Amino acid sequence: MLRAGLFPFPPFGFPMQTKRTTFRSYWLPYLLIAPQLAITLIFFIWPAGQAVWQSFLQEDAFGLSTKFVGLRNYVKLLNSPEYLASFETTVIFTVCTAGLSLGLALLFAVAVDRMIRTASAYTTFILWPYAVAPAIAGVLWWFMFNPSVGVLTYALQTMGYDWNHRLSGTDAMILVVLASSWKQISYNFLFFLAGLQSIPQSLREAAAIDGAGPVKRFFTVVFPLLSPTTFFLLVVNINYTMFDTFSTIDASTAGGPGQSTTILVYKVYEDGYKGLDLGSSAAQSVILMGIVMVLTFIQFRYIERRVQY
Amino acid sequence: MVENRPFLTFLAHLVLILGVAFVALPVWIAFVASTHDQATFLGGSMPLWPGSNMWETYRTILTDGVPNSGTPPLTMMMTNSLIMALIITFGKIAISVISAFAIVYFRFPFRVLAFWIIFVTLMLPVEVRIMPTFKVVADLGLLNSYAGLSIPLIASATATFLFRQFFLTIPEELVEAARIDGAGPMKFFRDMVLPLSQTNIAALFVILFIYGWNQYLWPMLITTDEKFYTVVMGIKRMSDVADSDPQWNFVMGSAMLAMLPPVLVVIFMQRLFVKGLVEQEK
Amino acid sequence: MQRSLMAGLVLTSALVAPLAASAQTEITWWHAMGGRLGEKVDEIVAAYNDSQDQFHLTATYKGGYAETMTSAIAAFRAGEQPDLVQVYEVGTGTMMAAEGAVYPIYQLMEDHGQDFDPSAYLSAVAGYYTNTDGQMLSMPFNSSTPILYYNKDIFAAAGLDPDVAPVTWADVEAASRAIVESGAATCGFTSGWISWVQLENFSAWHNQQIGTNENGFGSMDSKLTVNGPVQARHWENLAKWQAEGLFKYGGPAGGADAPPAFYSGECAIYMNSSASRAGVLTNIDFDLGLGMLPYYADVEGAPQNSIIGGATLWALAGASDDEYEGLADFLTFLSSAEVQADFHQFSGYLPITNAAYELSIEQGYYDENPGADLAIKQITLNEPTANSKGLRFGNYVQIRGVIDEEFEALLAGDKTAQEALDDLVERGNSLIADFVEANG
Repeated sequence: MLRAGLFPFPPFGFPMQTKRTTFRSYWLPYLLIAPQLAITLIFFIWPAGQAVWQSFLQEDAFGLSTKFVGLRNYVKLLNSPEYLASFETTVIFTVCTAGLSLGLALLFAVAVDRMIRTASAYTTFILWPYAVAPAIAGVLWWFMFNPSVGVLTYALQTMGYDWNHRLSGTDAMILVVLASSWKQISYNFLFFLAGLQSIPQSLREAAAIDGAGPVKRFFTVVFPLLSPTTFFLLVVNINYTMFDTFSTIDASTAGGPGQSTTILVYKVYEDGYKGLDLGSSAAQSVILMGIVMVLTFIQFRYIERRVQY
Repeated sequence: MVENRPFLTFLAHLVLILGVAFVALPVWIAFVASTHDQATFLGGSMPLWPGSNMWETYRTILTDGVPNSGTPPLTMMMTNSLIMALIITFGKIAISVISAFAIVYFRFPFRVLAFWIIFVTLMLPVEVRIMPTFKVVADLGLLNSYAGLSIPLIASATATFLFRQFFLTIPEELVEAARIDGAGPMKFFRDMVLPLSQTNIAALFVILFIYGWNQYLWPMLITTDEKFYTVVMGIKRMSDVADSDPQWNFVMGSAMLAMLPPVLVVIFMQRLFVKGLVEQEK
Repeated sequence: MQRSLMAGLVLTSALVAPLAASAQTEITWWHAMGGRLGEKVDEIVAAYNDSQDQFHLTATYKGGYAETMTSAIAAFRAGEQPDLVQVYEVGTGTMMAAEGAVYPIYQLMEDHGQDFDPSAYLSAVAGYYTNTDGQMLSMPFNSSTPILYYNKDIFAAAGLDPDVAPVTWADVEAASRAIVESGAATCGFTSGWISWVQLENFSAWHNQQIGTNENGFGSMDSKLTVNGPVQARHWENLAKWQAEGLFKYGGPAGGADAPPAFYSGECAIYMNSSASRAGVLTNIDFDLGLGMLPYYADVEGAPQNSIIGGATLWALAGASDDEYEGLADFLTFLSSAEVQADFHQFSGYLPITNAAYELSIEQGYYDENPGADLAIKQITLNEPTANSKGLRFGNYVQIRGVIDEEFEALLAGDKTAQEALDDLVERGNSLIADFVEANG
């Protein structure tokens, strides 16, 4: 059995794995798990529970008048074309961002894996963006694509492409996808590289002796062995694009033009954090949580089985 | 290398050079921006090569503080970021390693439930539950404190999973041997599990340090005392000016300096980091 | 701080007053002034703290306007709110509706024996923040109004008279055409804050209604009516000029791309807040011209007067009487002519009080800085009408977002101006209805 990468297994299986040999104690495991659980319950579960409750209420920002409205916040959302449009935007954005950052990261990792002397130099450069805060990354990309002074806008214009992410939804989508995947390439790259380096040389040599060329070898031997890593990264990336990208979006396009880059989490942020429409934003959060839970469940349930270890 | 194919090697170099260009470009632009004065900056097209103002910018930031930014000195904010990042990093590692140990090496009622509860934290970003979380922290009296800055961010599903995955690869024989020797779980944990996890801990250290260092919205929400301002917050403050324009050279210069600690961590720990990810089969 | 400690020591050691406050009363103020303005605020606060021994004010920067307001509300819900918070004008509706959460300024001043005369404030400013009884609910702090900036060098290069600012939209169009056709610049004009400048101020400037009940001043339960023919004509023109390359869109909200386009000489004319003046001056190396907002000469009643934007200070409920005592004292200090004139001259925001305006005249500020009083002249050009007093709607932060979205849909050619404005009104009214229900 070969394990490559950090997450040879999905985080939990059905049934959940343990050691065959375990220790016995009635109180020790609870003591060990208590700090983690306590912090999770106090700072995550309890507030999230309140968010769920909030989604059934209509309330002013200060919490001075509260009214129970049942499912009305949800009904309103599902009848709003703007909200439904942001589903589609989210799907496009997530697929593009995860695809681009995973694809490029894998490409770079495969290339670095061939290097001997220069590997660490390349690695160092590719790792750099990982250290940049998302809030700052958004500013950097806004700056480069600025219609007046941006370097990339200028380059594109010289090539005959009239870049304007303020008016073209497609350009804006490209911008946020680039800025968001840029942040994530380093992370994916590291995991892919680690995965590649843990594949025994002997396996590749065996395939080479069988007469498989480099491309065929990659797809028949290397990539399947990377699938646990890829699977893990897919989960992490989807999670990243759905949740952690709003400061990048906020700094670069602010969800526009129109609503063409307003993804679900950005809408939560905009309606709740900026607009103080608490009921609606809580309902959106709950829907979002639901989607991610279902997605995660599907991923673990079905994709997991097709992943080779 | 299985066999030598010059063309593939050339292609690989080409891919990497383009890749590095793509990946490094924004950072390069930020650096270039920090070396020009304000006027060049918005006075036309953005230059691609460093200007002559570099020493002036960095000297000002480091010795006088960023002028007209309304932020406390950079060194103080960097220290706060460091403290916050370190508490988060060590806190996360500590509580995750013991909870993963409990999950892997014990069978106890509600084990799966506990695991699920921890897992769910992956799906609840701070922004989504900001008001209630703020209230909890305020009720506990943690506003304006390092504890308030870090403890709510310490729970970590990622780190718990990582350790769990690693523990599952530790050979069964070790546990059996330990039990035969009459070693208790904590002795086994101390003498076997922790030393074996060293490289994993190193890898996590990098990931979590950067996570902690780059926090923005949370510190912004719960600090009202300049003494606790962090550097990412400070940079946002410099670039977020009402009815006026940011001094981009200083903003970018500060951003470059703020990037340094995490970049240094990544570079210096790179070997350990990659090793931590690779060496699972020991 | 040190001085107060000393004072405390002296007092206690002399045993003169055993009950003397060795610790001052702490007052807190959360604001959204980053950058240079943040430093100015710190300076004002330091001056206040030095001016007396009884209170100690701490001012805290809480991020942008949205972050400051949300932080304050989150803090209020947790019982940890500051005494004073700076809220942007679009948050006014929310603050006014929160009756149990705010301590109206007029009442605060009255309860604590401070001299407070609303008529000392510029009526165009104060009017925006008073209730229907003419009582001031929040303390004006930084207010501005959009004006027109232009690049005299480009005007000269295009063969236009650099000393004459465009007055009407026909002038703007003609000048833009001359500039683009002569190659003096690639774009005629750009604008920050489309919602604020090209819709709200545009409507007030042309005496067109923005919403029912005096633009929402009369009742929370009001409707937007900003889809009239004059607004539709203007938006249609903007879209047309954009397509012809005369106008360049600077992005949603504040329009982050507009200032660089003007600074770099790409666009010759620029409309934005009068408070941007200092920023403009530090970023350009050409001759700057200033003018009032353009208007359509054939619209009856134009030009009327422009309206303000910016932020005011709200006192929050739940503090002790001592704190309010200090707060009232500080607000009196803050609105003194010296402090206001200094802040006005430093920042380009409007002088809030008549006294600060007169003091600035006296100090010769407008003689040295021609055009600096343009904004004041513009908001006081005529006695405000029901259409030009300002606007006040609930959920307006989101409505601003809707305005940007509809404007973008117009520019992208997805909608006509009338369609965009109709949709804007419909979506905006549904947001207002939500607000009414939540606060009802």
